[in-house]
Amino acid sequence: MLLPRLLRVGAFMVKELSRGGCTSISRTGCTRQHWRPFIELQSVPRVFQGSIFQKYPHFSTTAENDASHGSNKQKDMINVTFVDKDGEEKNIKVPVGMSMLEAAHENDIELEGACEGSLACSTCHVIVMDMDYYNKLEDPTDEENDMLDLAFGLTETSRLGCQIVASPELDGIRLAIPAATRNFAVDGYVPKPH
Amino acid sequence: MYKARAWLSRSFTALSSNPLRVCVVGSGPAGFYTAEKTLKAHQEAQVDIIDRLPTPFGLVRSGVAPDHPETKASSPKKLQQIVINQFSRVVQHERCSFFGNVTLGSSVSLSELRQLYHVVVLAYGAESDRALGIPGEDLIGVHSAREFVWWYNGHPDGKNLSPDLKSTDTAVILGQGNVALDVARILLRPTEELATTDIASYAWTALEGSSIRKVYLVGRRGPVQAACTAKELREILGIKNLYVHIREDDLIKSPTDEEEMKNSRIQRRVYELLSKAAASASSQPMLGQRELHFVFFRKPDSFLESNERSGHVSGVHFEKTALKGGGPGKQYAVGTGEFEDLDCGMVLKSIGYKSVPVNGLPFDNHKGIVPNIRGRVLKNISGDSSQVENGLYVCGWLKRGPTGIIATNLYCAEETVGSISEDLEQGVLASSSGLPKPGREGLLQLLDNRNVRPVPFSAWEKIDSEEKRLGSLRNKPKEKLTTYEDLLKVAT
Ligand SMILES: Cc1cc2nc3c(=O)[nH]c(=O)nc-3n(C[C@H](O)[C@H](O)[C@H](O)COP(=O)(O)OP(=O)(O)OC[C@H]3O[C@@H](n4cnc5c(N)ncnc54)[C@H](O)[C@@H]3O)c2cc1C
Ligand SMILES: NC(=O)c1ccc[n+]([C@@H]2O[C@H](COP(=O)([O-])OP(=O)(O)OC[C@H]3O[C@@H](n4cnc5c(N)ncnc54)[C@H](OP(=O)(O)O)[C@@H]3O)[C@@H](O)[C@H]2O)c1
Ligand code: FES
Repeated sequence: MLLPRLLRVGAFMVKELSRGGCTSISRTGCTRQHWRPFIELQSVPRVFQGSIFQKYPHFSTTAENDASHGSNKQKDMINVTFVDKDGEEKNIKVPVGMSMLEAAHENDIELEGACEGSLACSTCHVIVMDMDYYNKLEDPTDEENDMLDLAFGLTETSRLGCQIVASPELDGIRLAIPAATRNFAVDGYVPKPH
Repeated sequence: MYKARAWLSRSFTALSSNPLRVCVVGSGPAGFYTAEKTLKAHQEAQVDIIDRLPTPFGLVRSGVAPDHPETKASSPKKLQQIVINQFSRVVQHERCSFFGNVTLGSSVSLSELRQLYHVVVLAYGAESDRALGIPGEDLIGVHSAREFVWWYNGHPDGKNLSPDLKSTDTAVILGQGNVALDVARILLRPTEELATTDIASYAWTALEGSSIRKVYLVGRRGPVQAACTAKELREILGIKNLYVHIREDDLIKSPTDEEEMKNSRIQRRVYELLSKAAASASSQPMLGQRELHFVFFRKPDSFLESNERSGHVSGVHFEKTALKGGGPGKQYAVGTGEFEDLDCGMVLKSIGYKSVPVNGLPFDNHKGIVPNIRGRVLKNISGDSSQVENGLYVCGWLKRGPTGIIATNLYCAEETVGSISEDLEQGVLASSSGLPKPGREGLLQLLDNRNVRPVPFSAWEKIDSEEKRLGSLRNKPKEKLTTYEDLLKVAT
């Protein structure tokens, strides 16, 4: 089951690379250093820092509303684990209603989001590491699938981080950031239970 | 990495007498992502972005179609505006500047720039076209899609195209990539839907009076190999009251096609959309309905000249093709020796963009790109990676060729900036660049001596507000200024 899937993913990548996803860039070159918009900069001028927090106004509002709702704030948070490009895990708490892209950015996790969640880039590609959780997600819309078509290292449990919204049944979900998964796949890494 | 930091802080210091002077040529996505990543990776870097136009953002302003819908209710902005906002934040960084109206190759030469800056990154895109090299390509009415796109998007070099949309009811578009779909959509979309976009107003007026009712999108290979993406295809198929025609037998797949589709999700989904559209189409167009015909397995052999209007195109002479060789993903079209004509009064060639070299720049004419390894410019096209042009880098379409969406350039810039960092770290740039360079002040001095008036970002902001003001009078997000004269007048 796994082998043909990986083969297919591999062939997809080759096709996409030659089609112009990232043409003359070597595989590792596309993804080696993931980048986050200026979040780490300490000495950036104020205009810049401000801009980071203005970036996802709609997400933040949702998050705040949900988090401050009711007396027990914990109840409205779920546990999410991101596995980064080096295989390192980071557990975070995400308020219900917040997208995984926004959650990643609030927690300094290196996940791109070039189009800020408007379904025009696929740089927020994540891989749901557990099929059970993948199945709990609503099916991707046509528009999400259109962008997933262009994602590097697509797998059968790939989703766009900006489209996964925290909800109680997703408590415990594990998401791999594809650079990592891709390297793992090369090394014979087996994503969790398939 | 730490070693590098230490070395850098010794050689270059932030905002002091000796910053790392970086010049990025071109302010499209590749240029802006490069600037952003350079500023982030090098606290001691001062980044100047130059562009030949008074306006920044490259194809984000002059390529991306005006009529893409807003994508999601929760983010009611267009991709274009999102990206422009991001790029504007980059240029507002205190170590970054934008100078429009500065052309590499005429305002300043490459060797001058390299003397002025420690690092020069070329990201000036692809502003020419692949040619077919067949008879009749120069006939009146045969245009490149690039020119047509510039025309409807109000690029100051596009205004003069003035395509004749009134003498014919049929246009043929060669190629089936996303650009081909963009231009077809602009020709076919009801003009009332374009009225509230930022399409150039002269273009809207011309489209309003257009007599073109039928558009043929012609590919040399089959529906499984169509170069467009599902998103764009869905958009054109969704045009209101459009008759779509695809020949049933073009949809027949070979075993190799099946294999290709199994391997490639995007090809599978594009094919499925096409076959669904074919199945749901009515057999005949209704009266007055606009028509879109997908034609596969035809390669242009020559353009036909009109008998009545000499010098004008009246059709395309196609050779039928079949797919050969290579196996899945590598099938190419070969002529079968059978020919067929398609009558039309306008042709848009949408077979790919091509970059143009500047003096003193190594250039691979065949591929239309600058020879490079991970963004480092090579001295020649032999691929010898030891022969690099010190301090010279490349990014975006000029580096990879004219493919990929806006976000692809983010990865591309990451790679180029990674190479710059490595070179700084390893001291490759040290001998020449440890010394102070004149950078911005030197460039401005040189431009002043030549009477070139650069347009800074603050002046672009004036242009932007004027365009928005003019737009608000017409219920449009903006009314683009489309001549150098108007742009420069508002900028001062
Ligand atoms: C018609 C069209 C529509 C597209 N639509 C979309 C879309 O909807 N979504 C999407 O994601 N992608 C889209 N793309 C792809 C996207 O626009 C490109 O991937 C991207 O713009 C390439 O970036 P670039 O910076 O390499 O080149 P460009 O964006 O072309 O930028 C090059 C810049 O260099 C400047 N320049 C040129 N020559 C000189 C010189 N000699 N001196 C100084 N400056 C110079 C130009 O003025 C320009 O500003 C579209 C492409 C096209 C052609
Ligand atoms: N909304 C968007 O996201 C958007 C919009 C516009 C553009 N873009 C991107 O911008 C890039 C450029 O787009 P593009 O449409 O210019 O390029 P493209 O996708 O490479 O398509 C080029 C087309 O021209 C054909 N062609 C090439 N040479 C030919 C020849 N000699 N004779 C006949 N046909 C020929 C190709 O056919 P073959 O396949 O047979 O070679 C293909 O159909 C693409 O990566 C595209 O995705 C994106
Ligand atoms: S951020 Fe662009 S698609 Fe998710």
